Amino acid sequence: MNALAVRRRHPAAIFILLLLGLIVTGAGYAALAPKQATAATASADQIERGRRLFLTNCATCHGKDGLGSPVGPNLAGVGAAAVDFQMGTGRMPMAEPGVQAPRGKKVTYSAEEIADIAAWVASLAPGPAVPDAEYTTAEGGNAGRGGEIFRVNCAMCHNSAGAGGALTRGKYAPKLTDVEGRHIYEAMLTGPQSMPVFNDNNISPESKRDVIAYLKTMDEAGSPGGMALGSLGPVPEGLVAWVFGLGILIGAACWLGQKGA
Amino acid sequence: MSTEHSTDTVRLDEGHHVGDGGIPAQFANPGLPPHVHRMADESEAAAKRAERQVAGLFTLSILGTVLFLIAYFAFDTAHRTWVPGIGTVSTSNLLLGVGMGLGLLGIGLGAVHWAKTLMPDEEVVEERHAMRSSDAARGEFVEIMRGGGEKSQLFRRPLIKATLGGALGLFSLPLLVQLVGSLGPLPKNHLSLTMWNGTPDGEGGYTAYTARPRLVTDPESLPIKASDVTIGSVYHVLPEGLLPSPEAEDEHLREGLHHGFLEEKGKAAVLLMRLDPKDFQDTPGGKKAQEWGYQGIVAYSKICTHVGCPVGLYERTTHHLLCPCHQSTFDVTDDCRVIFGPAKRPLPQLKIAVDDEGYLIAAEPFHEAVGPSFWERG
Amino acid sequence: MSTTANDRPAMGLRTGDAPVSAPPSAGAKKLGGAVGWVDDRLGPAKGVNYLMKKVFPDHWSFMLGEIAMYSMIICLLTGVFLTFWFVPSAGHTVYDGSYVPLQGVGMSEAYASALNISFDIKGGLLIRQMHHWAALMFIVALSAHMLRVFFTGAFRKPRELNWIIGCLLSMLALVEGFAGYSLPDDLLSGTGLRAAEGFMQSAPVIGSYLAYAVFDGPFPGEAIIPRLYSVHVLLLPAILVGLFTAHIVMVAVQKHTQYPGPGRTNNNVVGFPVMPVYAAKAGGFFFIVFGFIALISAIVQINAIWVYGPYDPSPVTAGSQPDWYMLWADGALRLLPGWLEFSAFGYTLSLNVAIGALGLIPVVYGAMAAYPFLEAWVTGDKREHHLLDRPRNQPTRTAIGVAAIAFYLVLALAGSNDILAIKLHMSINDITYFFRAATFLLPIVAFWATRRICLSLQRADRNLVLHGRESGRIVQTAEGRFFEVHEPLDEYTRWKLVGFEGQEPLQLTAGTDAHGVASPAAGKDKLRARLSRLYFQDTVQPVTPAELEAAHHDGHAHEAIEGGSAAELEAGSSSGHH
Repeated sequence: MNALAVRRRHPAAIFILLLLGLIVTGAGYAALAPKQATAATASADQIERGRRLFLTNCATCHGKDGLGSPVGPNLAGVGAAAVDFQMGTGRMPMAEPGVQAPRGKKVTYSAEEIADIAAWVASLAPGPAVPDAEYTTAEGGNAGRGGEIFRVNCAMCHNSAGAGGALTRGKYAPKLTDVEGRHIYEAMLTGPQSMPVFNDNNISPESKRDVIAYLKTMDEAGSPGGMALGSLGPVPEGLVAWVFGLGILIGAACWLGQKGA
Repeated sequence: MSTEHSTDTVRLDEGHHVGDGGIPAQFANPGLPPHVHRMADESEAAAKRAERQVAGLFTLSILGTVLFLIAYFAFDTAHRTWVPGIGTVSTSNLLLGVGMGLGLLGIGLGAVHWAKTLMPDEEVVEERHAMRSSDAARGEFVEIMRGGGEKSQLFRRPLIKATLGGALGLFSLPLLVQLVGSLGPLPKNHLSLTMWNGTPDGEGGYTAYTARPRLVTDPESLPIKASDVTIGSVYHVLPEGLLPSPEAEDEHLREGLHHGFLEEKGKAAVLLMRLDPKDFQDTPGGKKAQEWGYQGIVAYSKICTHVGCPVGLYERTTHHLLCPCHQSTFDVTDDCRVIFGPAKRPLPQLKIAVDDEGYLIAAEPFHEAVGPSFWERG
Repeated sequence: MSTTANDRPAMGLRTGDAPVSAPPSAGAKKLGGAVGWVDDRLGPAKGVNYLMKKVFPDHWSFMLGEIAMYSMIICLLTGVFLTFWFVPSAGHTVYDGSYVPLQGVGMSEAYASALNISFDIKGGLLIRQMHHWAALMFIVALSAHMLRVFFTGAFRKPRELNWIIGCLLSMLALVEGFAGYSLPDDLLSGTGLRAAEGFMQSAPVIGSYLAYAVFDGPFPGEAIIPRLYSVHVLLLPAILVGLFTAHIVMVAVQKHTQYPGPGRTNNNVVGFPVMPVYAAKAGGFFFIVFGFIALISAIVQINAIWVYGPYDPSPVTAGSQPDWYMLWADGALRLLPGWLEFSAFGYTLSLNVAIGALGLIPVVYGAMAAYPFLEAWVTGDKREHHLLDRPRNQPTRTAIGVAAIAFYLVLALAGSNDILAIKLHMSINDITYFFRAATFLLPIVAFWATRRICLSLQRADRNLVLHGRESGRIVQTAEGRFFEVHEPLDEYTRWKLVGFEGQEPLQLTAGTDAHGVASPAAGKDKLRARLSRLYFQDTVQPVTPAELEAAHHDGHAHEAIEGGSAAELEAGSSSGHH
C-alpha cells in the first residue's frame, strides 16, 4: 500500500487515473449493457405487437415514439424491467394525474401484453431486463442477511416492517406487504418514481434475493402479539391506549359509580 | 363555596316586584335526596338473581384461570393461529392473555356487581374539619421548637451554628463530585473526528491513514467502483476497515474493528449518490459539491445536523434527502442545503476521488464535525 | 319503590341494616387468632377501624387516578417478571433464538434477551406486552386524572402541595417511560437514544460534556443500557412509589373532594365507607384494570421489537416516533425552524433543538405547578375548597385548560406528521406549515371558544332553572295562543344548577396611601386587578330565589343575568365570602 501511495502523488498519476477511469467506465458499460438488453431475445413480431399496444394505450402521455412528453417521462433506456414493474403492479396506466402513481387495485393487462410492450420499450434503448426467476423468489435466500441489507437500504423509506412511509410534498414510499418477489427485484433495479436505483453492483442479485426472502419470512411470521395496527409504531399504539383503553376503563368506572339497578 | 345561605331579604328594583322580603338571597342546599331502593332490596327474587350473577362472574374467573393453565402447558411459543380480524398470532400469547384476562375480569366484575346490587347503597356522611391545627397546637409547636433550640444552646453558640451550617451545606459535595467527575470522559475533539480521519486508536483519537481509505458498502463492506454507481443510484457507505471485508487483502480490513464499531459507524456513515452533472445547481454550493465529488457522484454525511438520525431518504427525481425523524430536507443539487425542517446546517460533504483500480476513496476527511450541533463546534 | 323518611336522608337506614358505627353486637366474635396476636403487639385495630370507616365519594371521574395507580402497580409487577430474563448489557452477541428473520444477526445482549422474552419464554411476550400497555395506560390515565383535577379546581387550597406532587409524578412518569422504551436496544429505541444524545449536545456550553458524561464517551457506547436500567428499575420507581405514597396519604388526610350536589357541602363528604362498599368497588376495579390490560395484551400487539431489528446508527426506520407521551416534545422539535441555531465567535447555540428538547417539558411543568398559586393570586381566594367546580362555572380556568390541551394536541399531532401524511394522503410539508401556525393560533381560538361555550352553558342552566324543563306538551289558551308547558325543576335538580358561588373581580384599592403617596406595590396591584377583571369578565351569577320568583310572575321576562348589571345580587354574593 505504501509504495502505491507514493506513486499516487506522481504528476502523471492523475492522467493515468483519468484514463483508467474512462477505460473502466467504458469497459463496464460494454460488459453490462448488452447483457441487460432484451432486444436479442424478443422477436420482431413481439416488438411490433408491443408497439401497437403502446400506441393505443401509452402514447398519450409517453409520446408515440416513447420519448416522453410534458406529462410522461422518456422511456428510452428504462428497460423491460421497468415496464414489467409499472404495469405488473397496476401503477401504469395511471388512473388519474397525481404526485405519484399508486399501486393499482387490479392489473389491467395480461402478462403477455405486458411482455409485448416491455419488448418494444426495451428495443428503444438498452436497459435492465426482467430479472432471472432464480433470484426473485425467497427460495435459497438468507433472511437474516436480507434483513440487515433491508434495514440499511430500504427501511428508512419503507419502514422496517415494510409498512410504508412519507416522503416530501405528498410523495410516499409504498407498503411492501403482498408484493411479488419479481416486482421487488425490479423496483430495486429500476428505481421507479422517487426511488433511487439499487443496481446489481450495489446490491447483488443474491443480496436482492436475501431481501425478498426477508420480506417473505416477515409476512409469514405474522404478528405474534396480536393486531399489528398497521405496523406504524407508537402513534397507533398511543391512539388505542387513549380511545379504547381509556374509553373502556371509563365505561367500567361509570358502571361502577352508577346508582340503582 | 358557602353552605350557609343568607336568609336576609333581597333588595329588588322598587316597583318591579313587591312583597318578596322572605326569599333568601341564594337557594339553600336541600340536603340529600330521599333514598331510592334497588330491586334487590325490594324483592328476594331479585336479590337471588344478583347473587347468581355474582357467582357466575366468579366462576368465569375460575374458568379463565383454568384456560390459562391449560394453554400454558398445551401450546409451545412457536405455535401460530390465524384469527379473523387479528391476523396470524402466537396461540400461546392469545390464550394465556385471554385466560388471565378472564381470570382477573371475573373477580373484578363480580366484586363490583356484588357491591352495586347487594351491599348497602346508601350514602354516608362524614364531617370535615379545617386542615389547619388549632392555635393552641401551633403555639405549642413553636414553643417546643424554640425550647429545643434554647436547650441545645444553638442560638447562644454562633460558632456551632456557623460550622454546622457549613458542614451540612458541604457534606453532599463528595457524592456529587464523584458522580459528575466519573460518569464519563471529556469529549476533547472526538466529536470533530471520524474514521475518515484515520484508524481509531481506541482512546477516541485516530491514527492517520497512509493511503486514503476506500468507500465500502454498508453492511456488506464491498469497495465501490465509480463506474458501478449509475445515475440515480444511492449507496450506503462506510470507511473500509470498519466492518469486516472478507475479500480484502489487508488483514485489518478483513477483520474490521473489534471494538467500538457502532460508535464509529455513528459518525462515519455516508450516503453516496450519483446525479446527472446537469442537475447540480449553478450556485457556489452546487459547484463546490461537484468539485468535491467525482463525475456527479457525491458523498455526504448521513448523520443529520439536527439531532443525529440517519438521513437516508433520497428522492431520485427531486434530489432531496429527507430525515425520517424530524423531516429536515436537504437539497443534494445545492450542497445539501437545508430547504425544509428544523436543521440549520447543510450535511457535511466528504471529498471523494478514485484510486488507480477505479474504486472510490475519500480524498480528505470531513472538514467539520458531523452530526448534531454542540457549543464548541464553531 | 319506597323511600325512607328521615330528617337526614343519608343517615337513614333500611330495616335490617346494621348501623355503621353501632357497637359490636353481643354475638360478634372477639378479636382473636392471628389478628388478635398482631393487635396485642402493634395495636393496629384503632387505625384500621378509622380507615375502614373512611368515606369516599363515588364518581366515575374519581376513578381516573385509580386507573393510573393500578396501571403503575401492574407495571411494577410485570416489571419484576421482566427483570428475571432481561439482560441489561450492550455486549455484542449473535442471535440464535427461534425468530427466523433475525437468526445469525449480530446484536446487543439486551436486544437478544428482549427477543428471548418475546419468543422463547412461555408467557414472556404476554408479560412484556402487559408491561408496555400498562405503561401507556398509566400515563394516559394520569393525564386524564390531571385534567379532571384541573378542570374541577381540585388543586385549590388545601391541595396545592398534592397538585405539585402530581405534576412531579407525571413528569417523572414520562422519563420513566422513555427509559423503558430505550432499554430493548432495538432500532427504534436506539434512534430515540440517538436523538436524546443530540438533545444533550444542544445544551449551551456544557452540551458535549453532558452527552459524554451520560453515555460514558461517544454515542452509543456500552454504558447507557445498564445506566438506564438502574434508573428505570430502581431510581425512578423508588421515587415514583415514594411520591405516590405521599399523594395518596394526603388524599386520605385531606379527605376526597366531591362534586356539588344536594346534601354535599364544603364541610362534609358524602359517599361510601371503605368497608365493605368502597373496598369491593376499588378492589374490584383493580382486577378490572388488570384484566383489561391482560386482554388487550392478548389481542393487540405493542412495540414489536423484532420488526425493528437491532440498533445500528446507520439504518433507520420510517415512522420513527417515541411513545405517545413524548410525541409533543418530538413534535416541538419537528416544528421549530432551523434559523433558531446561531453561530458566533466560534460557538454554536442550537436553540432549534434546545427549546423543544431541553426547555419545553420543564417550562410547561413549571407553569402547571405554579398555576394554583397564580389563580389564587388573581382571584384573591384564600379559602379551603372541598367542593369541586363544574367546569362551566369557571369559564376562564376551563378556557385556559382547553387552550393548553389545544397547544399540546398540535405538538403531539406534529410529532405524528409523517403518519398523518401517509394515512391522510397529504403533503408532510403542508401539514408542518399548518401546525407551525396552529401552535400559536389554535390555543387562542380554543380559549375564546371555550369561554363562550362555558358562558352559554351557564346561561342555559339559568334558563332551565328560571323556566323549567320543556315538557313537550303544547297547550292552547282560551285566547287561542299556543305555548309549551314548562315543568319547574325539583329542588334537588335545581340545586345542581344554582349551587355555586357567584364571583366578582378583585377591587383595586387606591394605589396611594393615606397621604396621597403612590404605594410601592401599586403597579403590581394594578396588574392584579386587571387580571382579576379579565378572569371574571362576563361572569354569570347563579339564579337567586328572588329571580326565580320574578320569572314565575312574569313568564316572558328575560332577566338581566350578566354579573355586572345585577346589582341586586350583591347581597347574595357577599354572603358567600366569609
